[in-house]
Amino acid sequence: MGRIELKNINKYYGKNHVLKDINLIAEEGDFLTLLGPSGCGKTTTLRVIAGLEKPQTGEIFLDGKQIVNAGEQFYVDPGKRGMDLVFQSYALWPHMTVFDNVAFGLVVKKMPSVVIKQKVMAALDRMRIGSYSQRYPSELSGGQQQRVAIARAIVSGAKVLLLDEPLSNLDAKLRVEMRSELKRLHHDLGTTIVYVTHDQVEALTMSTKIAIFFEGVLEQVASPMELYQNPFSLRVADFIGNPKINFISAKAEKMPDGIQITSPLGNFLAKPELLTNAVPRDVSFDCILGIRPEKVTISTSPIPGAIKASVYSVQPAGSETIINLKVAGESLLVKELGIKNYRMDQDVYISYEPGKANVFEKAGGRLVKRVISD
Amino acid sequence: MESSVLRTRKEKMTVLMKKTKNSFVGWVTNPYNLLVLASIILMVFFVIMPLFDMITTSIRVDAKDAMRIKSPAGSWTLYYWKRLLCSVISRNMLYRPLLHSLIIALCVSVSSIVVGGAIAWLLIRSDVCSKRFFSLSVIIPYMIPSWCQAMAWISVFKTPNLGGTPGFLSALGLVPPDWFAFGPVAIICVLTIHYYPYAYILVSAALRSINSELEEMGEMLGASKPMILRKITFPLVMPAILSSFILVFSKALGTFGVPAYLGLKVSYYTISTMLYSAIKQQQTAIAYAISLILISIAAVVIYINQVIIGQRKSYATIGGKGSRSNLIPLGRARIPMAVVMYAFTFIFVLFPIFILVLESIVLKLGDYSLHNLSLHYWIGKGDPNIYYNAPGILRNPVFYNALWNSLKLVVVSSVIATLIGQLVGYVISRGRKLRSGRLVEQLAFIPYLIPSIAFGAMFLSFFSVERSITLFGHKMVLVPVLYGSFALLVLVTIVKNLPFSSRAGSSNMMQIGTELEEAGKIEGAGFVMRMRRIVFPLSKNGFMSGFLLIFIAVFKELDLIVLLVSPKTETIPYLTYYYMSGGMEQHANASAVLMFMVVFFVYWLSNKLLKADISSSL
Repeated sequence: MGRIELKNINKYYGKNHVLKDINLIAEEGDFLTLLGPSGCGKTTTLRVIAGLEKPQTGEIFLDGKQIVNAGEQFYVDPGKRGMDLVFQSYALWPHMTVFDNVAFGLVVKKMPSVVIKQKVMAALDRMRIGSYSQRYPSELSGGQQQRVAIARAIVSGAKVLLLDEPLSNLDAKLRVEMRSELKRLHHDLGTTIVYVTHDQVEALTMSTKIAIFFEGVLEQVASPMELYQNPFSLRVADFIGNPKINFISAKAEKMPDGIQITSPLGNFLAKPELLTNAVPRDVSFDCILGIRPEKVTISTSPIPGAIKASVYSVQPAGSETIINLKVAGESLLVKELGIKNYRMDQDVYISYEPGKANVFEKAGGRLVKRVISD
Repeated sequence: MESSVLRTRKEKMTVLMKKTKNSFVGWVTNPYNLLVLASIILMVFFVIMPLFDMITTSIRVDAKDAMRIKSPAGSWTLYYWKRLLCSVISRNMLYRPLLHSLIIALCVSVSSIVVGGAIAWLLIRSDVCSKRFFSLSVIIPYMIPSWCQAMAWISVFKTPNLGGTPGFLSALGLVPPDWFAFGPVAIICVLTIHYYPYAYILVSAALRSINSELEEMGEMLGASKPMILRKITFPLVMPAILSSFILVFSKALGTFGVPAYLGLKVSYYTISTMLYSAIKQQQTAIAYAISLILISIAAVVIYINQVIIGQRKSYATIGGKGSRSNLIPLGRARIPMAVVMYAFTFIFVLFPIFILVLESIVLKLGDYSLHNLSLHYWIGKGDPNIYYNAPGILRNPVFYNALWNSLKLVVVSSVIATLIGQLVGYVISRGRKLRSGRLVEQLAFIPYLIPSIAFGAMFLSFFSVERSITLFGHKMVLVPVLYGSFALLVLVTIVKNLPFSSRAGSSNMMQIGTELEEAGKIEGAGFVMRMRRIVFPLSKNGFMSGFLLIFIAVFKELDLIVLLVSPKTETIPYLTYYYMSGGMEQHANASAVLMFMVVFFVYWLSNKLLKADISSSL
């Protein structure tokens, strides 16, 4: 239970077109993350699903049952959709105790108080805050408030759990801890989760599926690793991955047995089975090479096929080292594991596997060559 | 082929019907829309329609003038306007009182700003001593009703020539000139004493928000202290000065109590006292024309203020960080300044209260010797030789009736006004970005544009005759006759205070994040449940302080209800006015003292319990 389907959703605020024809499916049990820079429409999409915003066009189905039909001005009330929401600000009612906050939804449903008590305590214990039930929200730390907000959302056993940037107000350490806890919660409850974040690490580590938004347009829906390895477009590639992907200008020319790529980092032939349907009709076109920093290897002595580069700066971080290089006027980021020592302006020799490089068409920004998946 | 066309058309029809039905149900079941509708109906019925009625009354022939104008009663005429604007009586009826009002308003606002601004600068930016004491005491005049201050003025300055009995100064042998006791100078002085706290509160807030780094930067660049004051500080508080000017101007323009106490005795009329006497002389149409003129002037002034404040909002960047502010040393002037401040406080703030108390316990006016002191006017039994056997106020059933009326009026109308204010405030805060929310905000603001006495006149006009329509053969009373009833006082008080109560409500609701309410929506709580369990509990404090501020404003209100009370519904301020105009000064003083003792008590209570800020009521 808990399959959500959005069909042709359009949302305007006045003349401002914030959601542009969104089509999206979250399968039962999915952990679907809506990802994108701020102002891209991801939170609006979540609020449309929750019923807090009414789209101007489109339909939404929950388990095949229509809950929104904008054409008929039909919108099921938020409380009757069988979904629950965790707000970014937690939205805990400051005048109610933790217990009353969590019990509120059950009181509204007029459940007997014995059942309410049992369910609330179970949810609080599940979030490991059972001992705080008589405290007020202001007497709790940020992380504990977060747990109350989640307990309030799971207590009624909703089919769908919606989370709006729930970890953005926590400090870095707590965030990592809550990430694993949320993932475990998803596993234990088995409910469908729709999760909004602008943090790509959160999205990549937790989701079963990521929907990435730019300026109200849904750009790509894919599994995290597919999104990372084969971004649909230049802007997806640019947004996903830290440190950032390297973009190198190159030329492409169609050959009988594939596409020949010519770049400052060397030339290679892209095989037909790795090409996408976005290849332009022209025989030759400008393109951009996308190489992840960890796919480049550095050697301090010349090896055949390697290209000479010079070290611009080095950022050691203990577990990894990020090296900025200059190659034929272009700059290149390389990530190596562990501690590496290079001198500034030292000459090094770099190489990479062409199969691990993406190729994008320059004019439209679309991916034309996929990588050989790991 | 044909049948399929028919079918799609039929489908389109059902979609359209469903859409219409769903839109309608969605609209009707959305409490926001219902509240908007209710607020609009409320405002149209109680503000727009009375105003409209007042306009039509002023351009229709009154029954008693039908013979003179030679047209049937109720027909359209410009007779009254012509008579008011260009006839032999215009000079005395309109132009002179209007000129008086404008002169008074102008002088009062200028002197209030000078006094209030100077005090604000001394208390906020300089190192004058006893700041805590002064900052509390200088706003006391704002809590005392202006007409009580007028009474104190009379008690001090009246001369044997004009007051009948000698005043405090005359009794000491210092007879002040007559023009100082009554008339424009007296009115301007009293109103300034009453209104300077407005300027003080606004200017001091602006001064407090100035980052002293701005001034220090000027110092770094080598500017002298007077130059900094002139070139940096003053321009930065200019918006506050402007808005206090206009606030005081519009308030002084329509004020009734003070010019009535201090002007009528020497036949010095302002537009508000002229309006009052026109109503009392049954010249209804002319009186309404006068109120319309008064309303338009006040509305224009306040509108200008809104425009100016709207443009100058960008100055608010003054605030924010850097709250540290270095005081400017007064140097050698420090002690003299403190003396001046103490003298000011004692003469203008504490002395009026003292004199009112004193006057209430002298048996014979003008005699301040010890054996003349008596509690006769408080608790004495009636004495046939003193004021027709009238007993002291605490033994007088008339006084208790007025006290009971006052309390009833205050409690009933402030509870209802605050409740309505919260709901209207809810609409305003939740609809800030919608046209409907802004419309409600503007409608709720209208009563603010109308001076109290004109507002009373408006309700007098609207509720003096029954208005009904006949629907399907049944008579439906739209507007009942409420003249002389207690309900009318409650109504006028609620509607007149709506701008304040709804502003308190909206700032209160603004503090409750929409997410707290949305979280309730997600849990399936309906509107009533959300209001009862989430919004109202969270707005409890704001509700209480809004309630108390309206309570105090209503308790001392004279201008608004002076045209509407009947002997059965009279309140303390009205009774006091009645005593005073009947020459029973000690009774008047005693009841005024009792009244502002209640006011102080409520202020104290609200400060103590709720930390309600007086300046927020501005």
